[in-house]
Amino acid sequence: MIEFWVVLTGLLVGITCGIAGVFLILRKMSMIADAISHTVLFGIVMAFIITQTLNGFWMLVGAAIAGILTAYLVQLLHSSGIQEDAAIGVVFTSLFAAGVLLITLFAGNVHLDVEHVLMGEIAFVPWDRWTLFAVTMPKAVWMLLLVLLINIAFLLLFFKEMKLATFDPVYAASIGIPVVFLHYGFMTSISFTTVAAFDSVGAILVVAMLIGPSATAYLFSKTIKQMFIFSMLFGAAASIVGYYLAKYWDTSIAGMMAATVGLLFVVTLCSQKIIEHRRKTLVSKLENM
Amino acid sequence: MLSGNLLWVLVGTMLLGIAAGITGTFSFLQKQSLVGDAAAHAALPGIALAFLLTGQKELPILMIGAAITSALSVYCIQWIVSFSKMKADAAIGLVLTVFFGIGVVFLTIVNRSPIGNQSGLNNFIFGKAATMTKSDLLWLFLSATIIILVSLLLYKEWKLLIFDAVYAKGIGLPIEALKATLTVLIVMTIVTGIQAVGVILMSALLIIPAASAKLWTNKLSSMLILSAAIGGISGITGTFISAIRTGLSTGPIIVLVASTIFFVSYFISPAGQINKFRRKMQFRKQGDVR
Repeated sequence: MIEFWVVLTGLLVGITCGIAGVFLILRKMSMIADAISHTVLFGIVMAFIITQTLNGFWMLVGAAIAGILTAYLVQLLHSSGIQEDAAIGVVFTSLFAAGVLLITLFAGNVHLDVEHVLMGEIAFVPWDRWTLFAVTMPKAVWMLLLVLLINIAFLLLFFKEMKLATFDPVYAASIGIPVVFLHYGFMTSISFTTVAAFDSVGAILVVAMLIGPSATAYLFSKTIKQMFIFSMLFGAAASIVGYYLAKYWDTSIAGMMAATVGLLFVVTLCSQKIIEHRRKTLVSKLENM
Repeated sequence: MLSGNLLWVLVGTMLLGIAAGITGTFSFLQKQSLVGDAAAHAALPGIALAFLLTGQKELPILMIGAAITSALSVYCIQWIVSFSKMKADAAIGLVLTVFFGIGVVFLTIVNRSPIGNQSGLNNFIFGKAATMTKSDLLWLFLSATIIILVSLLLYKEWKLLIFDAVYAKGIGLPIEALKATLTVLIVMTIVTGIQAVGVILMSALLIIPAASAKLWTNKLSSMLILSAAIGGISGITGTFISAIRTGLSTGPIIVLVASTIFFVSYFISPAGQINKFRRKMQFRKQGDVR
């Protein structure tokens, strides 16, 4: 049963991030997600310092605010003439450093150590349970289900608008689609995803799961729907394979899942290259006949 | 207060800041800042693997391991960008997290092994300048000096490479070799810095001084000097503050000092917000008169 919850949590992380990651790749905002995954720490520490509790709800609020703040600050610096990569680099390292410092100063004794935030401890997930509607499930599973619902709702409501705002922002703005609102709404959902996932799997794996599966799907997908489906599949596959590999070697589950994401990408890219090469030689052979 | 060791650590982090300020400027101008971030994260698996394979925690061995995986990550990013339709940002993010994930996997194995428990490898994540020994510092001095010297030596060539690569190629400069040297130096800077600043925040030392210097000047030579100065000042001040209060990691404080300098520059520099606002007001006044 314990193993079931851990695997389920991993699966949910893979699927949720797989969905959220598609537009992230298409909108070329992968590094902003990386930045948010670091600055979420700052939001969580601030939430703790203000409320003095480790209440999941306030942490979600704090993290979401930190995520939007990150997106906003990067945008602000970028629009005032600082190149984008440097803007991202300055904002997330500063906020992350502030978060680490605040933890050592004010929250040293509570269950808020930085390594936990970074690497997570998915193996502890089953012991922290919530009962809602007479159903008892691990807290992480509840949070992830909630965020998955939010992400799906966001997509169902704004799919057409997001698509247009991603591929042709100027046209989208001209026909009255609120492009800026969508940008920040999307950033908010990314922050929610990050905070729901990081408690169980850590910030680093969140980014791997956000970028990796959708990047792998992006390699060969022809349509956006195809990309969504494969991204979810890859996310789920990486979490399951990663879990059992980690169990086999008795090492960090989150780390192993991230490594599996990388492995999936490399295998896909290489097999794509091989197929391409075969096709080319076949064509040249046919031409010579 | 200023014990002998602290003085040397201060000089060490200052040299590190200067070296990072210089190489960071070049990578900033090539729009490669975040590649440095990935390379810094990618040092972690190298450190852990070097320890696992040799069982020693001698700094040179760990540094070689870190350098190999860092360089490999930069190579992977370039390979993915040129051989697939992936954009640079996705490639950087993917490589960064995957390498760091692998690093965590190895680190967990190290921490569980009986010898690894006290290895102090965890310090490499956030850096702890205070734990540096004399021989560690010697390595830091040596490699920081090499980085600074080589950068000064190749200043003219890199300048041309960054601002007019086609012309540089035209007059017969070995472009690929120059680019590779720059990458090697950036990796060297990262590897030199991780013990003091840690793998996660090392990239800040490459990015923030350069980005701050850019706000003050548009001339490469003055930008390099400024960036080096900002890096050096951040290194010294940050280490000093973290030495006063025990239990604070050095990395975050150095970064916060640097980012304070950045945000101050962002407002008061010639290209800064206050000046911009004043100019806007002036234009508006002129408009009223008319």
